[in-house]
Amino acid sequence: MDKTILDLWIGIFVTLGIAALFVLALKVGNASTTFNTGATYRIIADFDNIGGLKVRAPVKSAGVVVGRVDDIQFDNRKFVARVTMNVDRRYEFPKDTSVSILTSGLLGEQYIGLEAGGDSAMLKDGDALKLTQSAVVLEKLIGQFLYNKAAEGGAK
Amino acid sequence: MLERGANAFRIVGRRVTNGVWRLGYASRFFLLTLTRSALSFRRFRGLTFREIYFAGVLSLIIIIVSGLFVGMVLGLQGYETLQKYGSSEAVGTLVALSLVRELGPVVSALLFASRAGSAMTAEIGLMKATEQISAMEMMAVDPIARVIGPRFWGGVLSMPLLAAIFSAMGVFGGYLITVVVIGVDEGAFWSQMQNAVDFRQDIVNGVIKSVVFGVAVTAIALFEGYDAPPTAEGVSGATTRTVVTSSLAILGLDFVLTAFMFKGI
Repeated sequence: MDKTILDLWIGIFVTLGIAALFVLALKVGNASTTFNTGATYRIIADFDNIGGLKVRAPVKSAGVVVGRVDDIQFDNRKFVARVTMNVDRRYEFPKDTSVSILTSGLLGEQYIGLEAGGDSAMLKDGDALKLTQSAVVLEKLIGQFLYNKAAEGGAK
Repeated sequence: MLERGANAFRIVGRRVTNGVWRLGYASRFFLLTLTRSALSFRRFRGLTFREIYFAGVLSLIIIIVSGLFVGMVLGLQGYETLQKYGSSEAVGTLVALSLVRELGPVVSALLFASRAGSAMTAEIGLMKATEQISAMEMMAVDPIARVIGPRFWGGVLSMPLLAAIFSAMGVFGGYLITVVVIGVDEGAFWSQMQNAVDFRQDIVNGVIKSVVFGVAVTAIALFEGYDAPPTAEGVSGATTRTVVTSSLAILGLDFVLTAFMFKGI
């Protein structure tokens, strides 16, 4: 086979393969957000119950992804879950921001929602958030509902 | 009676010794290929490129067409089931995850084994049958560096690229069917897919899988060819064994790799 034609086809093949890898990484996967971790700051929040929250779950504010959960640890002195998250440096939040664990859809994955407060001082790297709201546990909710129903029945 | 019983044991014993001997021969052959391929890279670089052409470029058509169709079928079937639960947008996630994690590496490795692996075995078997390999040894040319090494690296380098092309074409096929033909919302299709597919966990693991399959398939194909009895029957038997053994090896390895990679997910 002619050397130049061979080279041409191998070039086309390799370019196609690498292009496919890039498409998979950027269009199909989340590499476009994964590699964007250079400019982030860490904030910490303690929760009584994190439900099904996982590492790398999104951190959203007003529905927009502003960061990712970096680490989840159990604090053995206060018996709470300590969640560390990385937030994009482009987004700044006041010091009294409240943080809650929410569920996308009825049975979807869990994520962290940030709701900005009114403080004029902004959060810095390594700050801890005070206002936290735990994940809703369905069993507790149902138990409460049944308890209320029973109380209603007794009052009649 | 006693003699017949002893014979049965002899057959079992011979099978086991043969199996162990072949396994040892195969691993020594594999080690030789690795140690001498430095030479084949330095002196026979043109040959390696030629093998990338034969193993990779000529497999492109079958990989692209099958990837497209696998993705389209996944899109159709996934849509049928998911729309019953009112979550037809999740079809993008379904198509992308099944392709990137499993179907891309596995199906393209199976196609690669039957298209390129069998050709390698037949070629080397025929070279052996026509005494080309002995002739090389006579001329003090190392047949492992000259014949085996370039084919090995050609196959190993081509496999991950083929698997990536397969997955990308599959996602495109799923997009064609569900978004363009059926009319699933395009934004939800891509954004749900990007939320679910993780670069490190899914894509990199898929690439690792395809590299492992590439090594396994090419090593099996080359060994079967080199080990084939130098007759017409021997070569045809070796070609069949290549396809059967490498398909089984791909599926078995896939289970082991999946068990390690996706344990916590």
